[in-house]
Amino acid sequence: MSILINKNTRLIVHGITGNEGLFHTTQMVAYGTNVVAGMTPAKGGEWVIEGKIPVFDSVKVAVEATGANTSCIFVPARFAADSIYEAADAGITLIVCITEGIPVQDMMRVRNYLDQKKVRLVGPNCPGLLTPGEAKVGIIPGNIAIPGNVGVVSRSGTLTYEVLYALMMLGQGVSTCVGIGGDPINGTNFIDALTMFESDPQTEKIVMIGEIGGTDEEKAAEFIARHMTKPVVGFIAGQTAPPGKRMGHAGAIVEGGSGLASNKIKALQAAGVRVATHPEEIPSLLF
Amino acid sequence: MKLHEYQSKQIFSRYGIPIPKGRVATTADEARNIAIELGGRVVIKSQVLVGGRGKAGGIRLAKDPHDAEETATQILAMEIKGLPVRKVLVDEAAIISKEIYLGITNDRAARKPVMMASSAGGVEIEEVARITPEKIIKAHIDPLLGLKDYQARDIAIGIDLPKQHWKLFNQIANGLWHAYQDCDATLAEINPLVITEDNRLIALDGKMLLDDNALFRHPDLAELRDLDVEAPAEVEARKYGLSFIKLDGNIGCMVNGAGLAMTTMDIIKLFGGEPANFLDIGGGAGSNKVAAAMKIILTDPNVKTVLLNIFGGITRCDEVARGILVALAEVKPKVPMVVRLVGTNAEEGRKLLSEAKMITADTLADAAQKAVSAVKTVKAGR
Repeated sequence: MSILINKNTRLIVHGITGNEGLFHTTQMVAYGTNVVAGMTPAKGGEWVIEGKIPVFDSVKVAVEATGANTSCIFVPARFAADSIYEAADAGITLIVCITEGIPVQDMMRVRNYLDQKKVRLVGPNCPGLLTPGEAKVGIIPGNIAIPGNVGVVSRSGTLTYEVLYALMMLGQGVSTCVGIGGDPINGTNFIDALTMFESDPQTEKIVMIGEIGGTDEEKAAEFIARHMTKPVVGFIAGQTAPPGKRMGHAGAIVEGGSGLASNKIKALQAAGVRVATHPEEIPSLLF
Repeated sequence: MKLHEYQSKQIFSRYGIPIPKGRVATTADEARNIAIELGGRVVIKSQVLVGGRGKAGGIRLAKDPHDAEETATQILAMEIKGLPVRKVLVDEAAIISKEIYLGITNDRAARKPVMMASSAGGVEIEEVARITPEKIIKAHIDPLLGLKDYQARDIAIGIDLPKQHWKLFNQIANGLWHAYQDCDATLAEINPLVITEDNRLIALDGKMLLDDNALFRHPDLAELRDLDVEAPAEVEARKYGLSFIKLDGNIGCMVNGAGLAMTTMDIIKLFGGEPANFLDIGGGAGSNKVAAAMKIILTDPNVKTVLLNIFGGITRCDEVARGILVALAEVKPKVPMVVRLVGTNAEEGRKLLSEAKMITADTLADAAQKAVSAVKTVKAGR
C-alpha cells in the first residue's frame, strides 16, 4: 500500500509537449509510471516519447480514450487554473499541479470550485508525488528514494529531496512522498496527508516538513495531538527569514506576527512531534 | 507589489468610492497651484511606501496656498524611514466626525477573501485586532459569487453605521470588492473611511497590495511599481526571474528551491555563520540565470564566502555547473566558493566543476561548516 498513487495510476500530463513537460514525462515513464496520455491544445493527434504516448486536444476526450484517472499539470501559470478546471470537469479524481506562480485569486476560485466536487488537488507550486518502486507523478527525482515505511509530506521541493536522500543513505525507505507545495492556497494540506498516512498500513512513521507562513503547521500539530497514533518527526524551514519578506514561495511570509517558524516548532513540540534542527538530523529522530 | 495612496485612491474612485478632491504634486509650486484650485484648507501627504507617515511629520495641514507651498517644500525634502519623498498628494481637508476601517484581504486559512470593518478607524487594523478584536466585523466572500449586498449590510450593522449611510456604504463595499478582484489585489484597504461633519462618506486614505504573480494580466499596474522601496539587487534579480532577498551576513547563498534556500540560511546560522542573502535560482534554471545570480551575490561587498547548494530536480546539476563556469569566467570571484551538487545529473555537474578551484562538500551540514570556516580564513587575511 501507499497513498494517492501506485501501479494502478493512469496518468495524463498537461503540457506534455513543452520543455519541462516532455523532460519530466520521460523521467516518469522511465520510472515506470503508467503515463497513458498527454494534453496540449492544438497538438492533438501527435505522439510523444518514441511514439508511445498519444497527445489530445481535450482532457475529456483523453479520459474517454485512455481511462486516465490522474493528471499532472506542467502548463504556464496563466493557463494553469484552466487546466485544473478542465481536469476536474473531465472526471479526473487526482490532480497534481506542478506550476509555480498561479495568481492567488485564481487559486481561491479553483479551491472553492473543487470543494464542491470529489476531486483532490495536490499543489500547485509543488514537486508532486512519489511512491517509490511504483510510480512518480511530478518532478521528484526517482533515484533518491527507496520503498519503505516512512510517509513524507512537505511544503517544499528540493528540501524534500534532501530528506529523501538522507533517508536513503541510511537505507530507510518511503511509502509515499507528498509535496503539497509552497503556495498560500493549495489543494492538499498537512492534515489531509497526515489523515491518509494514518490509515495507510504501509506507513509507520511520518516526516512533516513545514516552513514559515500561514498556520497550517499549527493546525496540523493540533490534529497530530488528537488523532495520530503514528510517530511524526518535523522540520520547519525559515527560522532566519526576516519578517514581511516573501521567501521565494508565495506562501512563505511572516505577516503581522503570524507564520513564524518558532511558533510552528513550539506547536509541533507541544503535540509530541520531534523537530529536527536541520534536515540531515531527521533520520536519527525517526529511528 | 505596493501601490501608493494616490494610486490606490484613483483606482477606488473608478469603482464609485468617493475620495477627496486633490492631485499629486512633485514640486512645491505645483502643490500651491493645486491648493489654489481646491480653495480652503488642504492636507499635504507624502507619498512613500512605508507606514507611520503621519508620525514622521509627512502628513500636514496647510491653511492656504502659500502655506501649502511651504509645507510641500519641507515634506518634499524629507526622507521617511530611509525613503526619499518624491511626491506629495494635495487633498482638500475634511472635517471628520467619525473614522471607520474597511478592507479586504486574503484569508489563507479560510481560502477566501475576507472583508473586515471596524468602527475604530484611523488605527492600524493589526492594532485593533490585538487590543479590541471584538471591534472587527468580518465577512468571508465566496470568490465564485462575489460580495453579496446582505454581507455589506451586515457589516454596516456590525459597525453601528447610521442607516442614512447604508446605501452609499454598500456602493463603497462593492466598489472595494471589485477593485480588489479586478486588480488581483492581496489587500485593498480604506483607512480611514470617514463620515464628515457634513455627513458625507469619503475614503480619506487608501492602500493596495497587488499579487506579483498576477501582474502579467495587469501591465498598466505593473508600471506603477516604485523601485525606491526595493534593494537594487532585488530589482536586478527579478529581471532574471530569480528570487533574491538581501540580508546582513557575509556568506552568500545560491540555492535552488525556496525551502532549501531558507534551510541553507538556517543551517549557516546553526553552525555559527551569518547568511548574506536568500537566493532561489528556481526550477529549471539555465546557465545564464545562474551566472546572473552569481554576479548579484558578489556585488555585495559584505560577502566573504559563497555557498552553492544545488539539489537537482527540475534543475539539472550539469546545467548549473555550466552556469557556474560561465559566471566564474566573467566575475572572477576573490572569495572562497563552497559547492555541493546532489541529484539529477550531479555526476556530470561535479565533473564539469572539477577544474575550477572550489571547496566541495557532500552533505548540507558539511557544506555549511566549510562555508563558516572559509569566512574565518578570509577574515584572518589568509
